[in-house]
Amino acid sequence: MKEKDREIAEAVRRLLESQRVGVLGTYGAGSPYCSLVGFSFEPGLERLYFATTRATRKFANLIETGRVALLVDNRANREEDLHEASALTVVGPVKELTGTERERGAKVHLARHPSLAGFLESPTTALLALEAERYFLVRRFQEVMVLEVER
Amino acid sequence: MKFLVPFDRLTEEDRRRVGGKAWALSRLAREGFSVPRGAVLPVEAYRAYVGPTGLRERILLELNRKPFESMRWEEMWDAALRIRSLFLKTPLPAPLSAALRGEIERTFGDRSVAVRSSAPGEDSAGASFAGLHESFLNVRGADSILEHVRLVWASLWSDGALLYRQELKLDVAESAMAVVIQELAEGERSGVAFSKSPVEEEVSLVEAVWGLNQGLVDGTVAPDRWVLDRSSGTLRQHIGAERLDAVRPAPRGTRKVPLPPELRDRPPLEEGEVVRVWTLSMEAENRFGCPQDVEWTFLGERPFLLQARPVTTGTRGEAGSRAWNLSLRRSFENLKLLREKIERTLIPALVKEAEDLSGVQLQSLEDDQLEKVLETREEALARWTKVYWDEFIPFAHGARLFGQVYNDRLKPEDPFRFIDLLRPEKMVGTNRNARLEEAADRLRQDPGLRASLAAFRESRAETSAAQCFLEAVSSDLGKDTDLVLDGPETLRALAGFLLEMAERHASRKPSGESREELERAFLDRFGEEERRFAEELLDLARASYRLRDEDNIHLGRIQRMRDEARAEAARRRGEASAGEAPRSPRPEPSRVRPRQLVGQPAGPGLARGTARVVGSREDLLGFKAGEILVCDAIDPNMTFVVPLCAGIVERRGGMLVHGAIIAREYGLPCVTGVPDATALIRSGDTLTVDGYLGIVVVHDQG
Repeated sequence: MKEKDREIAEAVRRLLESQRVGVLGTYGAGSPYCSLVGFSFEPGLERLYFATTRATRKFANLIETGRVALLVDNRANREEDLHEASALTVVGPVKELTGTERERGAKVHLARHPSLAGFLESPTTALLALEAERYFLVRRFQEVMVLEVER
Repeated sequence: MKFLVPFDRLTEEDRRRVGGKAWALSRLAREGFSVPRGAVLPVEAYRAYVGPTGLRERILLELNRKPFESMRWEEMWDAALRIRSLFLKTPLPAPLSAALRGEIERTFGDRSVAVRSSAPGEDSAGASFAGLHESFLNVRGADSILEHVRLVWASLWSDGALLYRQELKLDVAESAMAVVIQELAEGERSGVAFSKSPVEEEVSLVEAVWGLNQGLVDGTVAPDRWVLDRSSGTLRQHIGAERLDAVRPAPRGTRKVPLPPELRDRPPLEEGEVVRVWTLSMEAENRFGCPQDVEWTFLGERPFLLQARPVTTGTRGEAGSRAWNLSLRRSFENLKLLREKIERTLIPALVKEAEDLSGVQLQSLEDDQLEKVLETREEALARWTKVYWDEFIPFAHGARLFGQVYNDRLKPEDPFRFIDLLRPEKMVGTNRNARLEEAADRLRQDPGLRASLAAFRESRAETSAAQCFLEAVSSDLGKDTDLVLDGPETLRALAGFLLEMAERHASRKPSGESREELERAFLDRFGEEERRFAEELLDLARASYRLRDEDNIHLGRIQRMRDEARAEAARRRGEASAGEAPRSPRPEPSRVRPRQLVGQPAGPGLARGTARVVGSREDLLGFKAGEILVCDAIDPNMTFVVPLCAGIVERRGGMLVHGAIIAREYGLPCVTGVPDATALIRSGDTLTVDGYLGIVVVHDQG
């Protein structure tokens, strides 16, 4: 099973590395809500980062519930996606970063998205950390494996 | 768009889109060889069919349920059958159909044609797909031609072709098929020729039969064979055949007919004609620049070339010879011979050997005698295991062949419905289950006996009524099952098991059409003159299916005796029982857990229940009614728990593996071919088994 663990963790990492943008799922005011966000992640997979201005609906939602889901996938908008594409949903609590944690996060995030430099510096922008609890990896159309994140 | 291209209009640019066979034929025609008139449907026609209909993606979904390289050969069979069924049930898009019909009518009218595969990559110097894709002879009229074109396209995904691609690691997503349509040369004498023998450098070979070439190519008609000196064309040797039959055109397709007596004594070719054929093959070699393997036929006095491809000497030693041996398309005649050998010789010998080996009291042997017995049993097991793979397993193709014929004729919604028609009235495994069911029935009707059994199980009280009953059941079941072991613990386990059985209703039998109705529907699809073939094929397929049960049981006996001897030897050496290695998987705590696992839908239905991962006999006897059986591979000795199951999940894949057969027998949802099933699923997990889609959902894992 150790081998399976490694294989799944590796597949998760490869998929995260292959994509820059994911779909953020939040919930607020009685309704689910989805947004596209640029994300980055720690090499140990324990934490993902994304940024948003505080006036957005997604920010209000995630402050309200404290939890989010992020979908990352490699579909190509072709019929072959059915058998070729993989998708990853990561769930966990979310928090706005401050102080040294924000500095660390900003470094990781900017390394991945250098063009967001100005956006991230704005006082109205929040840098958020998704503390990954588990990843759901979907491959081969229907196979679903769960990777629990060790803390 | 115009699809059909006549041979003489093909140019160098067309080469990749028409496949090796069409290309070679067009070159032969342009180089002045006599070739029957014909045309090719390039790969674009295939793509215009599989793209818009969604077939292309459905095929890829089918082949990507698990990593292609880890599919077992049986799973390839199943996938191939499902894919073929998709081709049979998916009509051509109307515009494509109209266009093709018009072109075919204009080119061929009502003339009889051959419809042959010509896949790009096939017949190239590096790879030999020889015989893996299908060809059809004596097809007439646009509708029938189009139907056979679809079958040729489907054969791109035949089990043999899939296996071959797996071996050569070819990309399945890029596969496409062109089709040659060629006027049928109703030759009186036909054959093949190798300008250079695949095994001997300095000689050429010519083989010939009376009638059409098909009998020679599929191995049902033995050819006369000539060996010639490659440099001079001098005849070195003629090996005559026992000339009994010829393949000739029939109202639909072709058929094998007995040769008239006057032809039996005559070789199909005179010596001068052998040399003419050899000369043709050498000319083809000169034009194409490498040794050629050609098919030819005589129309009157004139030899025509039907096909030319490179002799694949390089690959025949490796992948080539493997593909040759593995040739999954065993013909009907071939299988009939195999059946006779298995039923008359092999199985009786296997049964007798098991009997002979069993008459030994291991405990009373001296050490050196035991060593000898162990050696004998190891040898017997190795020998019979080889027979199992070489003879019994290939005979399973009988059921496959039937499945294909059944699906071609009846186009059923479920491509595996034919299995219901093959199911015997009684199998060894289900016989035993019937006896267990009888015992459970007695318990249902006799509360006193039930209470006595419960007491025996719980309090370990020695109640004679219970013990008497259990011993009777044991002896009724016979010695050769995993269920029956020595010692009181086993009787207690048996008590528990029977009480579980008694608590639920008698096992369900699948409803639906009866065997008789299915049989009638099948035979009705055959006209008078094909009727005998249909009946014989059904009989053969039933024998093939039955053997899947019996060979396992007989081989299992020898294996058990070997294990016993090993265990006894280990005991004397003072080791822990080696034959009883702990088989129950004990997974380590893991960060990864399954949520939804994908296998093959092997028994329709939906079940939810608690998983019991079975590795040992003890696991089996502790089985509770309503649990889901999760195992590596069900063997016939395990099937007694099936009536208690709510569903079955098996690591080993295939529709004709035991688990799938027995699940169908009891109408249970079943998913087979789930990779790592026994490692990923743990006893106690809550599972949903979706036998329609081949999915196992793991809800809670402890």
